[in-house]
Amino acid sequence: MVENTEHKHEPNFLEYRGKYTGLMGWLTSTDHKRIGLMYFYAMMTFFLSGVVMGLLMKLELISPGEQIMGAQTYNGLFTVHGLTMIFLFVIPGVAAVFGNLFMPIMIGAKDVSFPRLNLFSWYLYMIGAMVVLASQFMGDGPPDTGWTFYAPYSLKTQTNVVAAVTGAFILGFSSILTGLNFIVTMHRLRAPGMGWMRMPLFCWTLYGTGWIQLLATPVVGITFLMVIAERTLGIGFFDPAIGGDPILYQHLFWIYSHPAVYIMILPAMGVITEIVITFSRKTVFGYTAMVISSMAIAFVGYFVWGHHMYTSGMSTTARWVFSFITFLVAIPSAIKVFNWTATLYKGSINLQTPFYWAMGFIFVFMIGGFSGLVLGSLATDIHVHDTAFVVAHFHYIVFGGTGFAFFAALHYWYPKMYGKLYNGKIANIGLVIFFIGFNTLYFPMFILGLMGMPRRYYDYLEQFHSLNIVSTVGSWIMATGLIIVIVNLLRAKKGSGKEVDDPWEGRTLEWTISSPPILENFEEIPVVDHEPYDYK
Amino acid sequence: METTANHHADLHRDDEASKIGMWLFIFTEILLFGGLFIVYSVYRFRNPVAFHIAHEELSITMGLINTIILLISSATVAISISAIQKNDKKMTLIMLGLTLLLALTFLVNKYFEWGAKFEHGMYPGSELMKMLSNGDMLFFSLYFFMTGLHGIHIIVGMILLAVSFFQVKSGKIHSTRFFLLENSGLYWHLVDLIWIFLFPLFYLIH
Repeated sequence: MVENTEHKHEPNFLEYRGKYTGLMGWLTSTDHKRIGLMYFYAMMTFFLSGVVMGLLMKLELISPGEQIMGAQTYNGLFTVHGLTMIFLFVIPGVAAVFGNLFMPIMIGAKDVSFPRLNLFSWYLYMIGAMVVLASQFMGDGPPDTGWTFYAPYSLKTQTNVVAAVTGAFILGFSSILTGLNFIVTMHRLRAPGMGWMRMPLFCWTLYGTGWIQLLATPVVGITFLMVIAERTLGIGFFDPAIGGDPILYQHLFWIYSHPAVYIMILPAMGVITEIVITFSRKTVFGYTAMVISSMAIAFVGYFVWGHHMYTSGMSTTARWVFSFITFLVAIPSAIKVFNWTATLYKGSINLQTPFYWAMGFIFVFMIGGFSGLVLGSLATDIHVHDTAFVVAHFHYIVFGGTGFAFFAALHYWYPKMYGKLYNGKIANIGLVIFFIGFNTLYFPMFILGLMGMPRRYYDYLEQFHSLNIVSTVGSWIMATGLIIVIVNLLRAKKGSGKEVDDPWEGRTLEWTISSPPILENFEEIPVVDHEPYDYK
Repeated sequence: METTANHHADLHRDDEASKIGMWLFIFTEILLFGGLFIVYSVYRFRNPVAFHIAHEELSITMGLINTIILLISSATVAISISAIQKNDKKMTLIMLGLTLLLALTFLVNKYFEWGAKFEHGMYPGSELMKMLSNGDMLFFSLYFFMTGLHGIHIIVGMILLAVSFFQVKSGKIHSTRFFLLENSGLYWHLVDLIWIFLFPLFYLIH
């Protein structure tokens, strides 16, 4: 380290000056870390605006009858809330932010394989996001179809569906290119000595995700193009009045949108795996099983889309088959949970904020997963289909899963990203409040759903009143926790040396370099001569 | 500090990566059209008679000519790629030029084919389209949508080939650095392949 004193002055990726400086230096940068951060800033903005929409909806639902908005506003709001959260936050979420920031470092590369394409993906993402958000203000009012754009209503409504669908199409393109870039990077740029089975597990989940992005997204892309053509050119595909088939639309939509759930959750599982290992200070239990289960989730997840359509009109055989395959996905998911637990067993557990987030993830993810089994079996699904139960389920999975993992990753890698240290105590307090608020907000919705409260209405019957009050109060608690967490991160203080370079004693490659990393990550490409998690 | 963010992109050239990237992109294109082929098969299955009658409005000769044109253009682009590897710049340029010319001919044919339909009042959203029976309507909706989307791909392919043409001319593409030409060629084969499926589905069914 003695001869490296000069390198200490080498500017890190936040500081260096290229051809342009200031804002342009960021907007023209092809550095994977800067692109990751640009995704991060954009995504946090969209996420927080989605949170505000959610809070407004919960406020409307505090009592039966019209409180702060009418039916049409509410319809617009839940559509935009869905679009923002799904397409702008959770689908790209962990992969685009933390995948970009850390995957190349974790495999010992200087950047992704196609840095310029990577920047282009970010621009596509921003353009798509702008178009989606513009659909709120242009034309004849915000789309009111729900984020699923089900035909034939999406073909008939007077609201601004075309803009929203176009935006979603562009976002899909961005997602495809990111997935492509990551796959090629992992094929070509692993450091010498890092065979496939020495790759950190977070990278493996990104690899599986990349394939889903590539193979599923085009299908929804073409479906959206058909909706646009039907609305603008009047050539019919899905309108039953002219011989089209709305069920066919649902199939095509879910062929993408179910695998999209795994685009959201796989990288999240990867993050949790890394955290569980690092904070147990013990090598992972069942590395191979983890790899195979990641790929199995990606693969099997491709064939379960029909479980969104049990009540839409499918043959009994089709429903039976889809239900069966749906249950199969529970196997690799459970393997992951068991392996996390087994990794903790006899580890020397280091209780820190990222670890608490990871534990929070496992808890809410299990509730989400078990309620998913209720929805996956035919008989019970008929009872709770399109009720608040479904809303509770996917918020536990999508927000509880991906959202918790996103914040876990943020607390885990924050020192690496900025070279700063946050206050662990306040972070933990924020997390506890957030966790309580989260469960108070969503758990009553399971019960409401079982009682028969339908989703997507601004109004409800008096018998659902008390639980809705609990849920709304929960949304305030959760928002408080979120504010504490974010403000605490913003107030993080600069640290130096090991306390930011390797605060958790991690074993993956990103902890071997300085924080924040220099422009091309490594002064010299490392040679890997050991397994990814070689704790003694 | 000389290192800039953009400069490392060129330092680490990896032709193999570019080729893998292109293949992956081709997978996505196949799935994009795959969605349409599913829609086609479902409606074809439901309206066999209407689809058969509607297809008789299309000219098999025109379709056949265009198929032959694309097949030849696939051959010419392949020849240009092997020519650049043998450092035969002239041959590469001739073959690329020929490919572009064939692509243009395809589009001109398409223009006349679509033009004739338009003249008869047959275009997306026209009064005539609205009066058609459900099956006919679906057939022509799919016809315009699928051949239209394929046409857009032809244009994208032509742009790629044209860029390659000028880079061969300026010497940027040469016998040891030709991944752009190779990728454009791959893309062109894909465009050709999709047409090979479109032709029987719309022109030859019975």
